[in-house]
Amino acid sequence: MTTPVRTRLTSDSIQRAVLKIARPMTIVVLLIVCLLPFWYMFVLSMRPIEQLLRDPSRLWLTFDELSLTSYLKVLLPTSEGGQGFGTFIANSGFVAAGSVLLALALAIPGAYAIARLPFFGRRQISVLFLAAYLFPSIIIAIPLFAVFTRIGLRGSLVGLILVYAAQTIPVAIYMLRNYLESVPVSVEEAGLMDGLTRFGVMRRISLRLSLPSIIATGLFVFMIAWNEFLFALLFLVDRPAQWTVSLGLSRLSGAVEVPATVLMAGSVVLTLPIVILFFATERLLTGGLTAGAEKG
Amino acid sequence: MSATTTTALPGQKPPGARATRARSKRDGLTRRDARDGLILVAPTLLVVVVMVFLPLAWSFVIAFQKLRLVNIGSQGLFEAFTFENFALVLGSKELWSSLWITVLFTAGSVIGSVVVGLIAALALRKPFRGRTFIRASMLLPYIAPVVAVTFVWRIMLNPSFGIVNSVGRDLLGWTDPIPFLTQKEGMLGILGAQIPVPTALLTVIAFQIWRFFPFAFLFIMARMESLPAEIEEAALVDGTTPWQKFIHVVLPQLLPVMSVLVILRTIWTFNEFDSVFLLTGGAAGTGVASIRVYELLTVQQNVGAASAQSLVLAALLVVALGVYAAILKKSGSRFE
Repeated sequence: MTTPVRTRLTSDSIQRAVLKIARPMTIVVLLIVCLLPFWYMFVLSMRPIEQLLRDPSRLWLTFDELSLTSYLKVLLPTSEGGQGFGTFIANSGFVAAGSVLLALALAIPGAYAIARLPFFGRRQISVLFLAAYLFPSIIIAIPLFAVFTRIGLRGSLVGLILVYAAQTIPVAIYMLRNYLESVPVSVEEAGLMDGLTRFGVMRRISLRLSLPSIIATGLFVFMIAWNEFLFALLFLVDRPAQWTVSLGLSRLSGAVEVPATVLMAGSVVLTLPIVILFFATERLLTGGLTAGAEKG
Repeated sequence: MSATTTTALPGQKPPGARATRARSKRDGLTRRDARDGLILVAPTLLVVVVMVFLPLAWSFVIAFQKLRLVNIGSQGLFEAFTFENFALVLGSKELWSSLWITVLFTAGSVIGSVVVGLIAALALRKPFRGRTFIRASMLLPYIAPVVAVTFVWRIMLNPSFGIVNSVGRDLLGWTDPIPFLTQKEGMLGILGAQIPVPTALLTVIAFQIWRFFPFAFLFIMARMESLPAEIEEAALVDGTTPWQKFIHVVLPQLLPVMSVLVILRTIWTFNEFDSVFLLTGGAAGTGVASIRVYELLTVQQNVGAASAQSLVLAALLVVALGVYAAILKKSGSRFE
C-alpha cells in the first residue's frame, strides 16, 4: 500500500527539485538572450573601432577608451562630415506623431461606434479590418506607389503618415473597442437621460473613462510608425532629405567605409527613444495590448 | 449588443405618461444611434478602404495585366488582360523553392516563438521581486526597431569581429568562424556523422523566434493571470505532480489563446519581409516569398508578375488557415 504513494511522492519531489533549479536558470538565460544584443549595441557604440578589432569578445567598457566620436559621426549634418541623423530624427518624430494623431482621430470614433452603436454592418466591419492583414504589405505598396507618384505624395512625409495611419487603424480599433466595451452602459445611459447627445456622451464620458486605453493605443501606433521600414524604403529612398531614422540607418550599411561602431551608434539613436518610451509606460502599454485576451 | 433596448424592458416601465414619453425618446435614440454609428465609423472606413482595400483590388487587377513598373499609372485600368503572369509565376522553379523556404521559415518561427513564449510565461508565473522589470526586459526584442536589431545581430554574427564567432573560437574551440548569414549549407558534426544544415535559414529563424517570442509571452502571460485558482488548488489537493498539473490542468486552459497566437503569427510570418531582407537580403537560401515579390517588383520591374505571385501566396495562406481552423474546430468539439 505504501509503495505507490512513495513512488508518487518521489517523482513529485524530483520534479519540484528540478523546477526549483530550472525556473531561475530559464529566467536568467532568457534575460541574457534578450538583453545582450542591446548591451552589445551600446558597448560598441562607445568603443573606437580599432579597440573592437583588437579585442572583439570584450563586453565591458574601460574608461580610457570611452569615446563619443561614433555619435558625432552619426548625428552631425552631412555638410560637417556626419551622417545627418539629426534631420532623420526630426523626420521620424514628425511622421510618428502625425500618424498617432491621424490614427487616433479616425480610430476613436470608429471604435466607439463598433463598441456601442447598433449600426448596419457593424459585425462585418471588424472582420473586414482584420482581413487587411492577410496580405503582405508590399502588395498594397505597389498601387499606392503608383498613385502617390502621380499626385506627388510619394516623396513626402505626409504620404507616409497616411499609410501608417491606415495600417495601424485596425489594431487601434481592436485595442480601443475592447476597452470601450468595459465602460458600464449605465453611466452612458445616465448621461443620455440628462440630455447629452450621443456625441456628448462619447466625448464627455466614454472617452474620459478610456483615457488609459487611448494613451496605450497612441503609444503603440507611435512605436510602429517610428520603427517602420518597408514603406519608408519604397517611398522615400530617392529623397535623402526626407529619410526616417530606420531608412537612414539601413542605407548606412550599404555605404562603404562605415565602421561597425558607427552603425551601432546609429542603432542606439534609433532604439533609445523607443526603449525609454516603453519602460516609462510599460504597464499601460501591455495592459492596453492584452485587454480582452484574458477572456481567452 | 443593445443595452439601450434591455433597459426599455416592459418590467422596468415607470408608471404614467412619463413612460410613453421615455419610450418614444428611447426608440428615437436607437434609430439615431444607428445613424450616429454610421457617421462615426464612416471616416475610418473611408481611409482604410482607400488606403488598403482599393490598392488590394487594384493589385488583383494588375495580376492579370502585362504591366512594367515604368508604365504604371499610364496604362489603362482595364486593358491588356492576360494569364501570362500566372503562367510565368506558377511555371518558374523559383516559386516552388521560395514557397518551400517560406513554409520552413514560417513553421520554425511560429512554433519556436510560441513554445519559447510559453516557457517564459511559465517561468515568470509566480510573483517575485523584480518580476515587472524582467517582464519588461523580455519584451524589448519585440518593441525595438527592426533595422537596429538586425544590425546588432549582423555584427554579433560577423565572421571576423563578431562576438559569437570570437567566443566560439576562444572558448568553444571552433577552428573556423561560421558565416551564419552567408552560408547556405553547413556541415554539423554530431557523433561523428556530418549532417548538412541550412545555416542562414536557421539563423534567420532563430532571429525571428528571438524577436517574436515576447508577443506570445505577453498574451500567454495575460491569460495565465486570469486562470481560476480553484482548479489548480483542487489538483494540488489530489496530489498531482507539477508535470501532471501542467499537462492536465494549465495547458488545456491555455490552448485557445495559443491557437489564436499560432494563427496570427502564421499570417504575419508568412508575409514577413523586414527581418529577412535586412539580415541576408534573401541570399544564401533565405529567399522567402515576400523577398521574391520585392525582387520581381524592383529588380525585374515586372509589376504584373509581382502581383500574381502575391495573390498565389495569399490564396495558399487562406487555404492553410482554413485547414487549421477546421482541425481546431474538430478537436475542440471532441474536447467538449
